[in-house]
Amino acid sequence: MWDNLQIMFSIPVLTLGMIIDGLLIGGIFALIAYGLALVWGVMNVKNLAQGDFVILGAYVTWWLYGYGINPIFGIPVAFAALWGLGWIIYKLVICRVIEHDLFTSLLATFGIAIVMQQTMKIVFGADEQTIALNLESFGFFDNLLTIQPTRLIAFISAIVLAVAVISFMKRSRMGQAIRATAQNPRAARVMGIDTEKVYSFTFSLNAAICGAAGGLISMIWEFQPFIGLIYSIRAFVIVTAAGLGNLAAVIAAGLGMGVVEQTGAFVFGTEYQQAIVVGLLVVVLLVKLVLSSRRRQVVE
Amino acid sequence: MSSATTAGESIIEVNGITKTFGGVVANKNISLNVRKGGITGLIGPNGSGKTTLFNSIVGYHPIDGGSIKFSGEEISKFRVQEIARLGLMRTFQQTRIYGKMNCVENMLISVPHRKLGFWDMFASRDKETLERADRMLEFVGLYEKRWLLAGDLSFGQQKLLEFAMALMNEPTVLMLDEPTAGINPTLINGLIDRLKRANEEFGITLFVIEHNMRVIMNLAEHIYCLAHGEMLAEGKPEEIQNDQRVIDAYLGAH
Amino acid sequence: MNSIMNSPVAKFALYATILALGILLPMWFPNYTGQMTVMWMMVVFALTWDILGGQMGYNSLGNIFFFGAGMYATGMVQVGMFYDLAEYNSAAGGGIFNFTFSQYFTGMAAGFVVAAIVCVILAVILGRLVFGLRGPYFAIGTLAIATVVGELVSTWELVGGGQGMSMPNYPGDLGEAKFVFYSMMFVLAICTFAFLRWLYGSRFGLAINAIRDDEEKAEGMGIHTLRYKTVAWSIAAFFLGIAGAIYGNFNNFFEPIDVAFPTTTFGIFMVLMVLLGGKGTLWGPVIGAILFHVIKEVTWTYLLNLQWVALGLLIVVTVVYFQEGIMGWIMRKKPTWFGIRVEGEKQRLGDMR
Repeated sequence: MWDNLQIMFSIPVLTLGMIIDGLLIGGIFALIAYGLALVWGVMNVKNLAQGDFVILGAYVTWWLYGYGINPIFGIPVAFAALWGLGWIIYKLVICRVIEHDLFTSLLATFGIAIVMQQTMKIVFGADEQTIALNLESFGFFDNLLTIQPTRLIAFISAIVLAVAVISFMKRSRMGQAIRATAQNPRAARVMGIDTEKVYSFTFSLNAAICGAAGGLISMIWEFQPFIGLIYSIRAFVIVTAAGLGNLAAVIAAGLGMGVVEQTGAFVFGTEYQQAIVVGLLVVVLLVKLVLSSRRRQVVE
Repeated sequence: MSSATTAGESIIEVNGITKTFGGVVANKNISLNVRKGGITGLIGPNGSGKTTLFNSIVGYHPIDGGSIKFSGEEISKFRVQEIARLGLMRTFQQTRIYGKMNCVENMLISVPHRKLGFWDMFASRDKETLERADRMLEFVGLYEKRWLLAGDLSFGQQKLLEFAMALMNEPTVLMLDEPTAGINPTLINGLIDRLKRANEEFGITLFVIEHNMRVIMNLAEHIYCLAHGEMLAEGKPEEIQNDQRVIDAYLGAH
Repeated sequence: MNSIMNSPVAKFALYATILALGILLPMWFPNYTGQMTVMWMMVVFALTWDILGGQMGYNSLGNIFFFGAGMYATGMVQVGMFYDLAEYNSAAGGGIFNFTFSQYFTGMAAGFVVAAIVCVILAVILGRLVFGLRGPYFAIGTLAIATVVGELVSTWELVGGGQGMSMPNYPGDLGEAKFVFYSMMFVLAICTFAFLRWLYGSRFGLAINAIRDDEEKAEGMGIHTLRYKTVAWSIAAFFLGIAGAIYGNFNNFFEPIDVAFPTTTFGIFMVLMVLLGGKGTLWGPVIGAILFHVIKEVTWTYLLNLQWVALGLLIVVTVVYFQEGIMGWIMRKKPTWFGIRVEGEKQRLGDMR
């Protein structure tokens, strides 16, 4: 561990490479976290199946790739497929837990996560999969700093998708209705907004975002049916750190998460990556705790 | 504004407190005294900062400046529970009771916790406390309803239950946030009577926010009036009633 | 009107039947002793989860942490009292190291005591941290703690790391061992139930119910909320720690992820069982645990690969369509059985739930 730290400081180019890598991956994390913040903020549902939507998206893209379909086309299919699944899950489960207490949605989506993991295992097998596009990577500084083009593509795609979703939220009528519902569902209902429609749309949109993010992840990382939980936790860490309403903070926290995770994995070893993610969650919660425990405060 | 001390010893002394939320000044340099054993009123138009002042005193949020003393002790840094355990209790404008417990259970858990040690956590239900709970419920007129779940009571009944719970706690000072709001007008006289009896018989100092002028003029011996977060006037009920500034504030001619 | 649950004869008959069944069942069906041991453990799980989840309104997903902590505490004591722990574990325990009858049982007694104490201490320390978190953050925070501890213990070579640790072998007949562990778990379940029955009847029960209904009000009334919350968690930790200690010996082996800190199996079962039986009631967790365990054991082998899918579906269905649970459902249908009064009914004094 100390050796690795020493390497990081003695070869700054390597460190730079890790940071760039972290930023590129963090872009995808931010996308997933944005989806979570959306359902959390709009319908107060804490979706623990977030990561499993991501992994299912990855499987859809990977499965299509097996038939020779390029991920560029596979990812939109994943987007659409997860949209449909999100809608079905909303109608079957989520619409019945919105009115309940906070824990209900957490537990219900945890159940959904288990069902999805197990179904994916049965359908696709438990082996680790990835899409190997074998593109030549860009090397700098005598190849000390390499940037894998798939990561760059994934990052750019994530930005394109994020910009599309955000401008949709700002411009379109549905986007305005969603934002109004997030602020005050009752008032929105009084003003004639069909909140039921807003909720189903939001949840489907979130699932679709996750699906697309999963498609991007299938190109850069290995995945298996049970890795979803860690993506959910990442999203929770980012949203907890950034808060719900603040888009810029979500992006910053997502990028930061990517960097911390990449460097952490280098310093402690990749086998600790999961522990690092969960540890980050503990740290973020602790910081939140310390910040909120000034002597006097309004209890939420 | 410096406040003229009324006859007798003050139990709450608020000195120049200020509270802002974001840029909005909710309380600006407010000073007041609550006389021990008396009934003090706090009035003011909507949004004049009455509830904010209450919240500052009982420790729901930090204050930006000034001092709050209770029985001579500085409490402006204390938290809610600590202040409650000193014997300074408040009721809420939006009534709060324990909805899934019945009225008697609501009463039993409202015993004065400041007197309890660690092992009292595991105390069984003694007859004495039970009888006291029954007496208090009788006092507010909820005896017939005592085995109902508190959440099933009407709003007015919940308000009475909350009052009874506060009495059960044997506070030195009870701060009531609009005790008559939402109560059937025919029952208001009964409530005023009970508040007065609580003050006289149990010796509890009352500090009351009230919108209903008739009620507060009837009840309080000394009244403070807030407007736009500042202390507008203070005095005996008659003085307040005839104070032109108060009348203007209430009529909106400000 | 008399409430059925309050009739002393009915109560006595019920308790006697359960005690008799608990003693007779393993004699009648000795082949199922193992499953029945786990069943009583499930009862302990559900009862202890409900202290916070049902009675206090704090939904923890990480209570299983104390189960694992108790397991490791007793393991370290039982082995460490007589052998070098590192040496024992690097040899993967087992055959080379033998424990005499007296060593085994003194070690176990000491181990259980230490497990219980360690878990209570951990609960007090962790309580300081996690009780500042509210709502979903509490659930996720506790889950994170249990998960991260599991990961960390995997790297702790002294206790066998990810390979886990073998416990001392029972110095005697294995059939006898089964009954010993069964009796321990049964007694633990009975003790837990009896203790909680007393606890919920005391001021403590009222206080944690008050915290559940409106914590801010409870604070405003001067209730020592943090004290109650910490003690409630410590009680859960105490019984869970002993359960873990017994289970470690019963299973004869444990490792961090799947046996000691299994957040996604036992950890989520606790919640599910309580919801199934009815949270916030004394009997709900017991009924839910027994029902869940029996159904699970009976159907598990027939479900082939779909067991976990079925489990996930069960969680979703319970949470979405049957939140009140069995006891909650009965209470809604027959409130008078439980001494809950509804408007317009003749009142009676002195009959407290």
